[in-house]
Amino acid sequence: MKINEVILQSIAKLVVFIILTLALYLFFSGHNAPGGGFIAGLVLASAIILLFLAFDMETVLKGIPLDFKMIAALGVFLAVSTGVGSILFDVPFLTHTIVAYDLPLLGMIELSTVTLFEAGVALTVVGVVITIILTISEDV
Amino acid sequence: MNNIIVLPLVIPILTGILLVFLHRHVKTQRWISIIATILNIVISFIILQKIHVEGILKLDFGGWAAPYGITFVADSFAVLLVLTANFVTALCLIYAMFSIGEKREKLFFYPFVHLLVAGVNGSFLTGDLFNLFVCFEVMLLASYALITHGGTRIQLRESIKYIVINVLSSSLFVIAIAYLYGSIGTLNLAHLSARIAESGQTPLLTAISLLFLIVFSIKSGLLLYQWLPGSYSAPPTAIAALFGALLTKVGVYALFRTFSLLFYHEPAVTHNLIGIMAAITLIGGSIGAIAYKNIRHIVAYNVVIAIGFILIGLAVSTQSAIEGSIYYLIHDMIIKALLFLLAGTMITLTRTSRFDQVSGLIRNYPVLGWLFFIAMLSLTGIPPFSGFIGKILVGYGAVETGHFLLLALGFISSLFVLYSLLRIFMNSFWGETMISEDQEAPLKKGLIIPCLILALATIALGVGAESIATYVSDAANTLLNPDIYIDAVLNK
Repeated sequence: MKINEVILQSIAKLVVFIILTLALYLFFSGHNAPGGGFIAGLVLASAIILLFLAFDMETVLKGIPLDFKMIAALGVFLAVSTGVGSILFDVPFLTHTIVAYDLPLLGMIELSTVTLFEAGVALTVVGVVITIILTISEDV
Repeated sequence: MNNIIVLPLVIPILTGILLVFLHRHVKTQRWISIIATILNIVISFIILQKIHVEGILKLDFGGWAAPYGITFVADSFAVLLVLTANFVTALCLIYAMFSIGEKREKLFFYPFVHLLVAGVNGSFLTGDLFNLFVCFEVMLLASYALITHGGTRIQLRESIKYIVINVLSSSLFVIAIAYLYGSIGTLNLAHLSARIAESGQTPLLTAISLLFLIVFSIKSGLLLYQWLPGSYSAPPTAIAALFGALLTKVGVYALFRTFSLLFYHEPAVTHNLIGIMAAITLIGGSIGAIAYKNIRHIVAYNVVIAIGFILIGLAVSTQSAIEGSIYYLIHDMIIKALLFLLAGTMITLTRTSRFDQVSGLIRNYPVLGWLFFIAMLSLTGIPPFSGFIGKILVGYGAVETGHFLLLALGFISSLFVLYSLLRIFMNSFWGETMISEDQEAPLKKGLIIPCLILALATIALGVGAESIATYVSDAANTLLNPDIYIDAVLNK
């Protein structure tokens, strides 16, 4: 029997954007408030997994032609590199720094190296979660 | 700034990730692997010199002072082991390049080795218990991948046991850490040590320490070694050599650290128990080593015997016994790598792992035969090889404190080691040549050179034991006087 997936697919198209927005919100609210790279990565991955469920895997992977193993590696690389950066500035490993700018229109903007670290964490989580899901589903 | 002490952890991680991107380019992977490992050897040597001059080094990550932040502490004991571990890894990598096959090399073999090394180095250098757990996990996850790497039938069968037992012990590890944190309120090793000394080691703490003893015993193969021989004989030679040389030693390191720095107030309970466990390990390992005809199993049981012997030193805990254990630990990393590589080479050349089906190998491969002979003597503890100094110092410590039973078991087990290897040597290397000259499989230089270097290292360590004596006695001194460690971490 062919399952009719019209409802799931049309809702998924909409909901994915809500989830992605939530992921972005969580990512940027992190490190001082609840949120951060890890949770944002999980939420981001859940959006992609919803796409996998609603559509089939081939279609989604055609749309997002990325090797998720490499994404995970890129994430770890980014996170560790921020630590190594602090060695170059001769401060203890993993020291992070923050600068605040007063930009027109946007107001006070804080730029922190922690964000780079968190980006690395988020990419790693996305890469690992999707790789695990893909590997399990290939097995069946 | 002591940023240098984090490099033995960071370099392998970065190299590992870099090699993930380059996984199609086998040649580039090989070169980068070797260069990174050599860089690590040089760095550990520099750290060792620096400790010699400045005393124990510590680094608070991100400037968050101990005991609140993550701390790395490098004392002579840890760095000696880091140095040896990287040396052994470099040689196992060279061996792997010539034996493991391009298919495995493209399947992320090198990244996993580097992550394994990162975990090992991290475990040696970390200054708090939770990060010890984290580094253990990094090491174990990489080892899960390596033990199943290539996915042959026997590997998958043995890896299930390996993974289940390690997941179990890791969960016990977290539980033990939680208990300790619940009762002491800190996880920084130096801080823990100071607080335990202050409050006294209550029966509750002793009970927790026994939980740690169980955890590390599973990891190091002390008494609870039943999983070890099977798992270590399944993967390809180079990986088995890395496992045999490094993994159990991290467990031994953790035992030494916890029972000399934290739980040293009730030796009547903990240290006596370690002594009993070491004794049973020696007996069990010795029986195992002569029970099998499979070379891989004999070699794996030799790992078990060594663990028992090293822990005699901890059970006795005098300056000379601890020094002996440290010497023996370094010696054992080198010689176990050599033994695994030689056994693996024999199996590759003869295509059988039973020693009674081979004979006369020394005529076909004289270098291999002599190297095996050297490894055998060194393992038994015959001078001038490196096993001698460790055995004699541990024995001296046991005599000093009147642990004659442990002493006797330790030295009788040496005879069993000798017998188990002599059986292989006499059966496989002596006698009529089985392989005619035209059937002889060529012995690649890449396989024999790492073995040659390891054999030279065991001779050098035996003859030149004096040259590292200052570092070893400093390491033993720090282990026996926790105040030095506490002072260096908390009061600088």
